[in-house]
Amino acid sequence: MTDTIVALQHLSRHFGDTAALLGVTLSIPRGGVFGLVGENGAGKTTLIKHLLGLYKADVGSVTVFGMDPVRDPAAVLGRIGYLAEDRDLPDWMRVHELMRYTKAFYPRWDDRFAEELLQTFDLRRDQKIRTLSRGQRARAGLLIALAHRPELLILDEPSSGLDPGARQDILAAIVRTIADEGRTVLLSSHLLHEVQRVADQVMMLHRGRLVWNEPLDSLLTRHHVITLHWPEAVAVHPVLPGALWWSGEGTEWTCMCDGEWTRLKEAAAAAGATIMEQRPPSLEEVFLARTKIANLPEAQS
Amino acid sequence: MQLRISDRDGVPIYVQLMRQIKYLVSSGRLAADEQLPPVRKLAEQLLVNPNTVARAYRELENEGVVSIRQGAGVFVADGGSPLARREQQRMLNERIDVLLAEARQMNVDEETLIGLIRQRHARIEESAR
Repeated sequence: MTDTIVALQHLSRHFGDTAALLGVTLSIPRGGVFGLVGENGAGKTTLIKHLLGLYKADVGSVTVFGMDPVRDPAAVLGRIGYLAEDRDLPDWMRVHELMRYTKAFYPRWDDRFAEELLQTFDLRRDQKIRTLSRGQRARAGLLIALAHRPELLILDEPSSGLDPGARQDILAAIVRTIADEGRTVLLSSHLLHEVQRVADQVMMLHRGRLVWNEPLDSLLTRHHVITLHWPEAVAVHPVLPGALWWSGEGTEWTCMCDGEWTRLKEAAAAAGATIMEQRPPSLEEVFLARTKIANLPEAQS
Repeated sequence: MQLRISDRDGVPIYVQLMRQIKYLVSSGRLAADEQLPPVRKLAEQLLVNPNTVARAYRELENEGVVSIRQGAGVFVADGGSPLARREQQRMLNERIDVLLAEARQMNVDEETLIGLIRQRHARIEESAR
């Protein structure tokens, strides 16, 4: 019995001449929240569609629960809860019809839990999907993704365009899912402060490549935002190990560095600067610094 | 127990939780033997990952701030007072360091700064009367 929920080996996928995924290798173990981040078009949704068996790998392999989702869709999808960004639901159904219809696909559908979610989300059974507000539509999508208590919950940009109340319900659903022993959440999102709030591990895709995959805490604590002060104005900041960007002028400069704190302190002292302030950056700040560097022309080759 | 989590800066959430719980203990707002909320409940209340809450509790246990009693829950540790004093000192030191750095920037020397502190202290004592 493997405790790897998802395993991708050298997964590549092209659409015409465009590479959507390039040699992505990763595995997602059971239990925890895995944040998937990246710019628009970085390959996040393409990756997710491979997990759902909607795309077949050009190169490489995809296994979910030890099975191939293209060859064994029913067995794989029966254990996944999925909320898509477009929240594509049958408009002509009523809420209770959507529930009954979805239940048919999931042997482990939990009627009591579904009722509870209906109450929590303040949805009316007889309401037409077409007439739901954007937030209520997302909640209906979340209900059918959760009510069969999936082992793997996949959320693709679940909060995009939603009001704070609906976003809170989504976060609460993630927390509840993970609180139930042994369940796993894959959260793809642009709302990096939300990812920072709930993720154990963060994976970043950039132009189809996996550029990091590491525990959130280690990612944040190995980056530092430092403000340095020089006794006299300097025209150009010094070179510090692992510096990702600089801003400032004259006697005071701020930079973000990736590196060990004691080494940075030594380097700053050697450059004749006093460290005035040091703080860990947010996930959003690390993300922006990393994408900016990856997008520089010299990084492309 | 009222805690607030900021997701706008990079201080890991388990560290934020640890700091706030230590503050509540050292300021006496959480008493010895008082029970803390279960991991799941606190996670759902704060909308953070339960693993993060569990980690904060574990690290607080290592530091002797709380004790985790199997099956019973998480409690503020007994004999918290030396810890409380240490923690109080740590918090004051943090503030003092900031004050010293600012004074240095403004070319205010140590003696002047101490004089200013005495003045402020006298003012507060007076207004408290």
